[in-house]
Formats: sequence, structure tokens, C-alpha cells
Amino acid sequence: MQGNVACAEGALAAGCSFFGGYPITPSTEVAEHMAQRLPRKGGTFIQMEDEIASIAAVIGAAWTGARAMTATSGPGFSLMMENIGFAVMTETPCVIVNIQRGGPSTGQPTMSAQADMMQCRFGSHGDYSIIALSPASVQEMYELTAAAFNLADRFRVPVFLMADEIIGHMRERIEIPDSVPKVERKLLKQGVLPFHPDDDLVPGFPQFGKGYGVHVTGLTHDERGYPCATNPRVHEQLVRRLVEKVEGKRHEIADYRVTNPDAELVFITYGSPARTVEQVVHDNPGKEIGHLRFRTVWPFSENALREFPNARAFLVPEQNLGQMAREIERHTSVPVIRLPRFGGALHTPGELVAALEGLK
Amino acid sequence: MRHEVRFSGFGGQGIILSAVILGRAAVMYDGTYAVQTQVYGPEARGGASMSAVIIDDSPILYPKVTDPDILVIMSQEGFEKYGVEVRDDALMILDSSLVHTRPRCRYLEIPATREAKMTLGRDIVANIIMLGALVRATGIVKESSLERAILDSVPKGTEDLNIRAMKRGIELATEGRVQ
Amino acid sequence: MTFTDWLRADRLPHIYCAGCGNGTVINCTLNAVDQMGWKKEETVFVSGIGCSSRAPGYIVTDSLHTTHGRALAFATGIKMANPALNIVVFTGDGDLAAIGGNHFIHACRRNIDLTVVCMNNMIYGMTGGQGSPTTPPGALSTTTPYGSEEPAFDLCELAAAAGANYAARWTSYHVKELTHAVLAGLRTPGFSFIEALVQCPTNYGRRNKFRQPLDQVEYFKTHGMLVEKVRRLHEEGREIPPDTIVLGELARRNRPAMGVKR
Repeated sequence: MQGNVACAEGALAAGCSFFGGYPITPSTEVAEHMAQRLPRKGGTFIQMEDEIASIAAVIGAAWTGARAMTATSGPGFSLMMENIGFAVMTETPCVIVNIQRGGPSTGQPTMSAQADMMQCRFGSHGDYSIIALSPASVQEMYELTAAAFNLADRFRVPVFLMADEIIGHMRERIEIPDSVPKVERKLLKQGVLPFHPDDDLVPGFPQFGKGYGVHVTGLTHDERGYPCATNPRVHEQLVRRLVEKVEGKRHEIADYRVTNPDAELVFITYGSPARTVEQVVHDNPGKEIGHLRFRTVWPFSENALREFPNARAFLVPEQNLGQMAREIERHTSVPVIRLPRFGGALHTPGELVAALEGLK
Repeated sequence: MRHEVRFSGFGGQGIILSAVILGRAAVMYDGTYAVQTQVYGPEARGGASMSAVIIDDSPILYPKVTDPDILVIMSQEGFEKYGVEVRDDALMILDSSLVHTRPRCRYLEIPATREAKMTLGRDIVANIIMLGALVRATGIVKESSLERAILDSVPKGTEDLNIRAMKRGIELATEGRVQ
Repeated sequence: MTFTDWLRADRLPHIYCAGCGNGTVINCTLNAVDQMGWKKEETVFVSGIGCSSRAPGYIVTDSLHTTHGRALAFATGIKMANPALNIVVFTGDGDLAAIGGNHFIHACRRNIDLTVVCMNNMIYGMTGGQGSPTTPPGALSTTTPYGSEEPAFDLCELAAAAGANYAARWTSYHVKELTHAVLAGLRTPGFSFIEALVQCPTNYGRRNKFRQPLDQVEYFKTHGMLVEKVRRLHEEGREIPPDTIVLGELARRNRPAMGVKR
């Protein structure tokens, strides 16, 4: 099965009932597969007039209680940024898939990249936090897409599946489970103000059409949901909560894989470069080469770095100039070695072995 | 045993579909592992097209083909781009009706496009002839698995034509000689 | 029930300037909604950004106050995901026809079952009086200090050409007609577009020789002409004054529509 198709199937397994999208290489197969499958499952597929409208429709659908999703790539992702901020501010659960390609601008439409990792975290204006996952196989395109819906519903944030063209277009063997774990979206209790958070800092969801009579606005709002855009205290409280409800749970949200924790030389990866590192580790049996593979990239859990107490160097192969390497550097005194590879090709095992040799 | 297969030709010949069919035969019917990838440009037709499949008994980690041991080349441009620098012990199945140069490595000439046009009346099935020849020459998947994967993948109403193309490819490979 | 039952009393006073025409349009719209007998929990108001778009915040139903220009795209998502909800969109000329122009024509093309009420004050009111796509040629604004040199959009013609099932234009002077037009729009399956010209004394009138709010309302009254009469004059080859405001139903038809409650 193709990665993009597995993504769509994972969404369907998770109960996604609304897809709004716009064709863009190399993500289009996600939309095409949803167009074929959703109507027959009683869901809605709609091709919108652009990516701005796509994410807008997804947010609108989410307020009716639907599990809603869109999929795009670089230029479309850039267009979505303002409404992603709206989803953050209004605490709208939704899933955004980015099959990353080379940029900036039109760049390399058919080639792989991982250069939107910072845009995904910081691309909309204002302070905020989101959750982003990164699959390294067709199997994970399925599993992590399904997981993204649970995280979106639990934390009421946009959740990103930050895949790359290699994983999106690759076909490989996949085991489809009978069912995927499902977290229900917590509805607002009667008598509670619509934006009054529970202990987990996440308010109950006042779904449209249920009689809540909720006003949802992108303006700074109080717990009633009413605009309150000139009160510094209300704004600070709101923004701090929006960030804290995610960042405060970063170690719990964290999802990573550790290989050879006693190693001194440790690769840190997410997405397709993980496959090269797995090959290198496989070809060099022993415990000398460590591998930390993030399946969750945002929020960043610095505890993961402590899984390698003997680390002498962190080597970070990315299909960009070192976006996550910069984040890793913030959290460690261990030297971080950037191994950028871009233009569309994947790091070869030989290149990574050469990088190791240079450190021995 | 890891095999790396690279297909190349021009857009419209079904280069990507060939790789998908081969990978499908391996995973769905032989029960082994396969990863299929491709390089493609903006052209839907014409241009050099390349796709690749890795087939292995154990899970495949690095997904890209770097040093193929099997090549299927269906155009001169594809040969020049992907068929020149190959390892000496590789085997190349080439469409001798469209590829005029011969490689350093071992090769098998299959006049697939001419056969598809002359014998089967549709040059569109040249890639399936090449698949039949490939599987007979290498045994990389079972012929019965290839047949089932072809039936899964081709449009309704063309099953018979495609199976005849596969069988013709098997015959051509049986008659042919690796040089 | 009356239309005041739809208002959120705890949000008053509102932000609109004294003499603003938006309140009239909100009242007319709620009156029409009330006459439909819709339940509050089955009705959703959606808006973008601008003075007009603050309206849903004063209404008791579920409401979504979205980003600039995108109200129709959000509303499309709501309606397609749950066609049982009745959806009214409040928008303005800048929100709908400038930044949201593409969403406008595509919502019309889809003929999606929404009722859109556009408060057209011919100016960007909230940001302090800049020219909009409906600012008449020659009119003064902070970004057209020598008079607008651009032609203006005819929003109803645009909606009709793009495929909307219903398009009508009235003004804040024509309270009964406007209410009736919104009601007709609410009853029409498919995309219904009601344009309401409104006075903006603070940012339009003040700069364009309407000294009092009522001066601009008076202008709407004296310059308005029913579409039927405009067509008749046109057929007779008679002159139609260039500053005529064409009023009435500009489109009413039954094209196939999306998102209609089954």
C-alpha cells in the first residue's frame, strides 16, 4: 500500500468523516483516496477552492462534532497558516497532513524534504503550541494518522502529520489492525462556561447544534467565549493556557524509539532519514551506534535526549539545513552534528557511516 | 536475499505500474517484503521515468535503490540516465526495440514494444511483457504470484490481453540468451 | 417569540457607532429568522472580520466569528458536515468581495445552502475608512484621498453570474423589503445572497457629504430604483442615472444545490 493511501485509511479507521482539500503534489493521493472512500462511508469529501478554504471548511466541520482532516504540501501549508492560528485560538480539534516537498516557493514539487518543521511549529502569528507527528514507514502513516485524531480531540489543538514525499509515495507492506484506539472528544458539561478549562487545562467541547449557544471567536475571549481583546490579563491567561495545555504534557505526549542507549555516537531522526539510520545500525551489529527516533516531533520532549547518558555526539540527519537539530541544541550540552541532505534524495547508509568514521 | 530492481523508460509506458505490480506479487502472494519508490517529474507522458522495487525475505530498512542487481530498461534515454553505471554482476532486461546501446553487465534482449504491437496489437502492454521476461529470467517472484498481481492491477476488460502479454514475455525470456 | 429573543442581552451595549446602519440589518435578519420558526439550537451564525462580522457575537445561537474573508469557507464546512443546521452568514463588502472574493464566487457556484447577508457600507469601517471594492468611483476614503479611481463591484450581479439561487439588494431605509428579502433567502434552498446598503456615518458619510446619518439613508431612498423599472427603462431605451441603486430581486431560480437538509 502507498503511504498516502495508508494515511487516508488510518484516518477512516479513526472515524474521520470530513475531508476538505485542494490538489497539490505530493499529497494528492490522500485527497483522491478520501474522495473515493468517504462518500461510501457516509462522510463528506469536498474539494475546496484553495488551501485557505480547505482548512476553514475542516474547522467548520469540526465544530459540528466531526473528525475532520485536510492534506497538503509546502505552498498549500503556507496558505493555511492564518486559519491554523484560528484553530489554535478557538481550540478546534483537527488534523493537518503535510507531505513535505522541497521549498521555498514552488521549489521541488515531486521531491522529498523535511523543511516545514519550524513552520508547522511557529508558522502562524502569536505564541502558541501544537502537536506534530512524523511517520517513518507506510505502517506509521496509518497508525500515526489515526493517533493524530485522538491527540486532536484530547487536547483540542490542530495536530500535524509531518510526513515527507518519500514516505508518502513509498509502497510497502502494511498490517491493518482490526481497530484503532479511540479517544472520545470530551463534551462541555452543562452549567460550565464554554471556555472554562478542566484540570487538564482543556475545556469541554461545546459542539454546534447541541444547544450550547456558544460564541466562538478568533479574538481574545474570556471563559464565556466573549471577545475581550483589550484586557492584557485575559489575553495573557488565555495564551499561557493554550501553550501550557500542550507543553505541560510534553513528556506524556512524547513518542520515540530508543536503540542502543549506552552508545556514545547517537543518531537522532524522524521521518524517512530514520530508515537510513536503521540500515546503518543493522549493518553494524553491536551496541556502538545509538538511534533516537522521534514519532512525535512537537512538543519536543527533552527527556528523550537523556535516554543516552553516554552520548558524546548527537548526529542529526534531516532533509533540511538543521531545523530539529536547532531544537535539540537548545536542550543539551552534547555536540550536535547536523547532517543535512536535501534536493530530494535520502541520505545513503554510506554517507552516514562516513559521518561516524569522522568522529571515531 | 535482498534484490534491488530498477525500471526505467519514458512516462506513459507504465514504468511505475510495473514496479507496483512486482512489489505486490512479492508482498501479497509470495509473503516476502517489498518497498517500491519512484522518481518522477512534471510530465505525465514522455520524459525519463524511473521506479524501483526492493524485495527481501526480511523487513526492508533503507528504502531506496542505490545499486540495483536487476534492471528493466525500456527507452534509450532511460538507459543513458539509469543504465550506464551499473555493477558488473547486474542483469539488465532491455527492450531491444527501443534501446540501442548495450551495457557492460549481463543483459537479455526482449523486443517487448515490437512484440506488443505486432503479436498482441497493443503497444501499451510492452511493460507486462517485460515483467514476464523479468520473472522468468530471475525468479524474483513466483510466476503465479506475478499473474495474480497483474490481474489485481490492470483495468477491467484487459485481463486477458495482459496475461497473454505476460506469457509472451515468459516465452521470449525462455527462448532468449543472457549475453 | 420576537427577534429580540435572539439577542444576547449580556453582551450589550454593542460596539456599533451611533447612527450605524448595521443594527437595522441585524434586526431585519433576526426578524426573518424568527418568522421561519427555527429553533435556536439548529441555527448557526457565521461571520468573517469587520464591523458586520461582529453581529453573531450579539446573537444567542451557536456562532463562529472567523478570519477575514473566510466566513463562507467555514460555513461550507459546517453545512456539509451537518446539513440539518440552518446557517446564516453575516459579512461586509471588504470581507466578502475583496479578501473573500474567491470564496464568494465558489460558494455561489456550489450553490451551497447558506443565506448570506452582506452589510455593504462601501468602506472599511473597522480599520478607519479605507476604500473597498464597492466604494463608488469618486468617493473619498483614507486610501482614496483624491476620489476612488477604481470601478466598483456589483455584488448581486456577481452572485447571480456565479450561480446563486437568490440575490436581492435593499438598503437600511427599506426595512420591510429587506426583512422580506432575507425571509425569501432563508426559504430558498441553495445559496441566497442579500445585499443591504448601510450608512456608515463615521467613516463614509463624514467624508462624502452626508453630514448626518439620515442624509445617507435619505440618499438610499431617493436614488433607489426597483429592478423591474430599471429593466423597463432600459428596454425603452431611456436613460438611467449613473448613481442609481438597483433594488429588488436580481436572481431567483432553482439550480441544483449542495448541503440542503434532506
